[in-house]
Amino acid sequence: MSGRSQTPAARMEGAAALPRRNGELIFEAPWQSRIFGATVAMHEAGLFEWPEFQGHLIEEIAQQDTEDYYQRWLVAFERLLVERGLLDRDEIERRAGEYRRLERDLLD
Amino acid sequence: MAEHHGHDHHPEPPSAVEARARALESLLIEKNLVTADAIDRIVEAYESDIGPLNGARVVARAWVDPEFKRRLLADGTAAIRELGISGLRGEHLVVVENRPGVHNVIVCTLCSCYPWAVLGLPPAWYKSAAYRSRMVINPREVLAEFGLHLDEGTRVEVWDSSAETRYMVLPERPPGTEHLSEEELAALVTRDAMVGVARVEVPART
Repeated sequence: MSGRSQTPAARMEGAAALPRRNGELIFEAPWQSRIFGATVAMHEAGLFEWPEFQGHLIEEIAQQDTEDYYQRWLVAFERLLVERGLLDRDEIERRAGEYRRLERDLLD
Repeated sequence: MAEHHGHDHHPEPPSAVEARARALESLLIEKNLVTADAIDRIVEAYESDIGPLNGARVVARAWVDPEFKRRLLADGTAAIRELGISGLRGEHLVVVENRPGVHNVIVCTLCSCYPWAVLGLPPAWYKSAAYRSRMVINPREVLAEFGLHLDEGTRVEVWDSSAETRYMVLPERPPGTEHLSEEELAALVTRDAMVGVARVEVPART
């Protein structure tokens, strides 16, 4: 009895298999999970309030309703970063171009 | 390590969106606004740990503890905190109860507001324009497409989530589960049941 009750973590793992049982992939590509993680990490570090990002996301989705949810997320996140002065639009363009032309290693 | 990538396998150029995402991430890391470790930790947590498991624990507790259920329906945010679940981003959690004659389902018509703290990340269909618009207009038909057929007499209540308020459905405890422990009950509760597009089923005994 005590042996079992002392291992709730083990049981939790079994139940954590639920998303797989429901047959959904949460992220369709690695960049989606990275950009999601970066957004949440920066919020948790106190760099912005969640509703501020959420507001941007709602606007982006309303403007261009596509099924590409994380593309909208990316645009909203970039807007927030630029508005906050954390990143500069030109440096983003430059860096993205470098990745696009394989001048930078994607896996670095 | 970097030398191994890139040169050996003649990579395809990334898509524009992928390059842009990578650009943001690398710039943020260079400027010490975020670390790769922090990103890893969050992705890992949302992919595996948080999941719908927290919600399943909440539902199972409500099924076995009427007092907890009362508190949960009165103030979801406070009640889930009793179970050590936090992670709400300032929004309020409202739990809506299925009962004979009333079926609840959640949607976010504006974007994809979802009770992350209890259900993890939303599935792709939850974010689709089709689900978001049609669930409000014709919930019975959409639910039937999910394989959930409600009888005529059952009223469907559709809860539209917002940045301030997130909903979660408290499904009905299936009959024949009186002998199950709270942990065994939690294992039966699916994400779909807590969104309201499925019932909780008891696996057939073999």
